[in-house]
Amino acid sequence: MIINHPLLGPRDAAEFTYLGDAALIDRPDWQNSEAVNQFHDYLHLRDNPAGEHRELWFHEHGDRSWLVVTRNTTTHEITNVELARDVALASGRNQ
Amino acid sequence: MHYSGLRVLWEGLTGNVGWKPAWRNPDPKAEYDIVVVGGGGHGLATAYYLAREFAQRKVAVLEKGWIGSGNVGRNTTIVRSNYLLPGNEPFYEFSMKLWEGLEQDFNFNAMVSQRGIVNLYHSDVQRDAFARRGNAMRLAGADAVLLDQDGIRNLCPFLEFDNARFPIRGGLWQPRGGTVRHDAVAWGYARGADSNGVDIIQNCEVTGFHIDSGVCKGLETSRGKIRAKKVAVCVAGSSSRVMERAGMRLPIESHVLQAFVTEGLKPVIPGVITFGAGHFYVSQSDKGGLVFGGDIDGYNTYAQRGNLPTVEDVCEGGMAILPMIGRVRVSRMWGGTVDMSMDGSPFIDKTAIGGLYFNGGWCYGGFKATPASGYCYAHLIVNDEPHPLAAGYRLDRFRRGAMIDERGAGAQPNLH
Repeated sequence: MIINHPLLGPRDAAEFTYLGDAALIDRPDWQNSEAVNQFHDYLHLRDNPAGEHRELWFHEHGDRSWLVVTRNTTTHEITNVELARDVALASGRNQ
Repeated sequence: MHYSGLRVLWEGLTGNVGWKPAWRNPDPKAEYDIVVVGGGGHGLATAYYLAREFAQRKVAVLEKGWIGSGNVGRNTTIVRSNYLLPGNEPFYEFSMKLWEGLEQDFNFNAMVSQRGIVNLYHSDVQRDAFARRGNAMRLAGADAVLLDQDGIRNLCPFLEFDNARFPIRGGLWQPRGGTVRHDAVAWGYARGADSNGVDIIQNCEVTGFHIDSGVCKGLETSRGKIRAKKVAVCVAGSSSRVMERAGMRLPIESHVLQAFVTEGLKPVIPGVITFGAGHFYVSQSDKGGLVFGGDIDGYNTYAQRGNLPTVEDVCEGGMAILPMIGRVRVSRMWGGTVDMSMDGSPFIDKTAIGGLYFNGGWCYGGFKATPASGYCYAHLIVNDEPHPLAAGYRLDRFRRGAMIDERGAGAQPNLH
């Protein structure tokens, strides 16, 4: 697989390590009264679709940036790559 | 039809015209007591033990493809019971004991070959960890022998003992481990289940669950509606996809594990050998091919094929301990989709939906567990209580903090 890094261009997937479901960006609030259940679901119940999947990859042997990659889990086709930082900022994480 | 040496001789002398299909090919009935979804090794074993040990007479197995088309026909055929944790080791040792009596039990030659498995160690720390694991195995009634370098030299003189980076110092040997012909396991369980009255329905995909006020009453399938008092899902590799149709989210990711077979060689490798400093395991099939594998690719996929970096990594692991295979050509490689759970251990449990049971999350090690998984699942379905040996394999164990994390890697499926 080739991951088209937004800053560095096409890079071999072997340079990256994989974390999983991009929902892992959105860590629950530990002060919430439901935090125990929320952390259980956050950690253990992740998306596992057959088809388009948004997932976190880490460019460990490169610029050490976190990416959100949209990839089809039945064909390995990658349709979108974003910096995880941009995804987090766009969802209002800077507030 | 009972298989025996005499039968083979008789059929050989009379033109082999008396053989019959090993199982029937019935149409689905409108209703069963128990429907097992998934005709892989575990599903067929479940149906077999339901009929044979628990006297269930109205049982069906639904298989989307054909018997033997899934992971039971795609694995590296290794059986062993060399686990450490109390939640695992007694279960896998039970499985090993069932393997030992299996062929007589279901009257089929599954080619159970207890040629031994050796896990190599490369450092003092690793030796201590293996000694501890060997002791845990022996406490659970399994066999384990800690060998030093001379012991390994006697067993496998061809290894690279003086590798500069990872010299082989010794190994943990389980003489009762070995290999089993994987297809024959599917065929033997299918034939055994069928002859005990189980309907094996192939080319029948489950498209939905009929759930009424929190109770599962039956299934929608590509071959019509089927009513069932109990539905037992057993579809490792596709667990998330199937259980999503019942509205459930699982602590499972689907990953691909690749396996490899080389051209045929004369007998060189006596049993199963695993590399302790990387991830590589190898055995030799009866046809002579070296059967080997290593790590999963490490990303979610249902594609049943992997990528080249993992191929390179596996082959490097092989070359690190077996430089003699450097000139051997790989004839085939393939991938299978595996359920990777959040702690590397499986599930055999009831669900929150009445009459709906779940078996899955076997990671890349489900084949060795086939008999015990089927037996314990059948016990759970009939008694509504987990079998004592599988009591830890619950879906709520993460919530309770009762993970069974053999690798100690935490909730990160691609590290188990």
